Amino acid sequence: MLADKDCARILIADDEAPARARLRDLLDECRESFPLAIVDEARNGREVLDVLNREKVDVVLLDIRMPEMDGMEAARHIAGMEDPPAIIFTTAFDTYAIKAFEVNAIDYLLKPIRVERLLAALSKTRAAPKVSREALDAAANLPRRHLSVHERGKIILVPLADVLYLRAELKYVTVRTVEREHLVEESLTSLEEEFADAFVRVHRNCLVARTAIAGFERNAEESESGWAVVIKGTGEKLPVSRRQHHVVKQFR
Amino acid sequence: MASINQTGAGIRLPNFCNVGVMLRSLVLVNVLIAAAAVIRAPSVREIWFEFLLFAAFGEPVLILSLVVLCLARRWLHAIGYVGAIALLTAFELAVTWVLYEVSRQFDFELRPMTFGQVTFLVFFVTAVTLAYFDLRARALSPAVAEARIQALQARIRPHFLYNSINAVLSLIRSEPRRAERALEDLADLFRVLMSDNRTLAPLANEVDLARQYLALEELRLGERLRVTWRTGTMPADAMVPPLILQPLVENAVYHGIEPIEAGGEIEIDVSLAGAQLVMELRNPYSGSGKHMGGNKMATENIRERLQLHFDAEASMRSEVRDGHYHVTIRMPYITASS
Repeated sequence: MLADKDCARILIADDEAPARARLRDLLDECRESFPLAIVDEARNGREVLDVLNREKVDVVLLDIRMPEMDGMEAARHIAGMEDPPAIIFTTAFDTYAIKAFEVNAIDYLLKPIRVERLLAALSKTRAAPKVSREALDAAANLPRRHLSVHERGKIILVPLADVLYLRAELKYVTVRTVEREHLVEESLTSLEEEFADAFVRVHRNCLVARTAIAGFERNAEESESGWAVVIKGTGEKLPVSRRQHHVVKQFR
Repeated sequence: MASINQTGAGIRLPNFCNVGVMLRSLVLVNVLIAAAAVIRAPSVREIWFEFLLFAAFGEPVLILSLVVLCLARRWLHAIGYVGAIALLTAFELAVTWVLYEVSRQFDFELRPMTFGQVTFLVFFVTAVTLAYFDLRARALSPAVAEARIQALQARIRPHFLYNSINAVLSLIRSEPRRAERALEDLADLFRVLMSDNRTLAPLANEVDLARQYLALEELRLGERLRVTWRTGTMPADAMVPPLILQPLVENAVYHGIEPIEAGGEIEIDVSLAGAQLVMELRNPYSGSGKHMGGNKMATENIRERLQLHFDAEASMRSEVRDGHYHVTIRMPYITASS
């Protein structure tokens, strides 16, 4: 199969076994007019990313509603890859997602899927540009549960629950967990917007996880407000700006 | 207008054997009596005295009326609303007259109040009470409830319908017999969903429906869905509002099983506790607030229909306990013949 350059390598992602079986049947029918190979199957978004880290994939048929990590979040991580596969969303019924896809010009297929539609969508993936990260972000209605770091073509997931703080540094944002630091190419403002429930801004360049706040300390030298936030687990002290001084009161 | 409601068709007496209806009647009548006492009392100190005087007439009439309305319920229902009210007022008039005569024998007089005035008061209170129940029935009318049911179905059903059809399609080539069965279950389910669901239906049907629904979900979810039924003391002949169990089971699958990779267990207990029918549902709680809108709508809809059918005698409670979502419904055990 690898020898055939025109052969599209496809990954099926759906949590329901009968739905995966149905897609296999349909793809078999497409094979004659559209050379393809089924690389693997995944039952949730996390498995999708695992497969992508292992194999070269051209097209992901991605169900939206899946446990662990849904299709929307998986797609947002995929879109950050250097050479991402094309994504075709599949859904039985999801008014919100469908509306969002229409608005942001993202392709999707409605279950039960017809073989003609599937074929048309597959053919389109050859010519059409890949769906953009921005379009996916705009279409999503739930915050991600992970941040993704892209290192040497691999996707590394950092569970949001492990993140202690996010700090903007030049063009990157540093993601700090107890074990280590990662760099992500996202803007602090958009991260603040997406994770408003879990993080609080303590400084122009810093968001701290609400659960990671051990306490506040007076620290007149380094901080303009005279306060620093103490991080749980690492004991680091980050300055609180004068403008964000109200956060100190809010947590005391 | 007059021609539409002349015979009182469409208006029905509420079920006066229901504790909720009785309580509402007692409260309303006593409030009216208290209001009359306040108006009639020459001074604040005499309000209590006036209230007792009115109550001496009002309470016997009220309680006897309620007893008659409850005992003769079937019979009154058969002769129609207008006839029933005519008989009721005649009965009340008789009771009032007896009380009036008895009170005169004992020199216990209502201060300047004629028999006519007492009669007027009795009729007035009766009219207000009946009008209240009529208005209440209209506000909670099946038409309103039905509109909500339909809205509810439109909200949740499609996800399940299309996924089920998709699952059946996948079976047609490999397991045609299972596909046939699944389509039969689907047809049965939709026959009930689309039928007139305003009157009570046997519990056995409701349980069968939930089982068929779960059989379809098992097709999709396979081993992720595990169901335990406990129906040992279930009275199969109990009459329940239709589609009371199935939407709850659907919620349990949608919110409790589907979001969890390994799936989980749904436990359903249907039992008889004294004169009460108790339904209990338990499913894993995944904690995410996703899609809670549909969930709330289904439970509100069921709560409303329970109230419509049983007033204060039915209840529904839901809570999260030990990582599980529990729903408990209690309603009176009634049969088709009771």
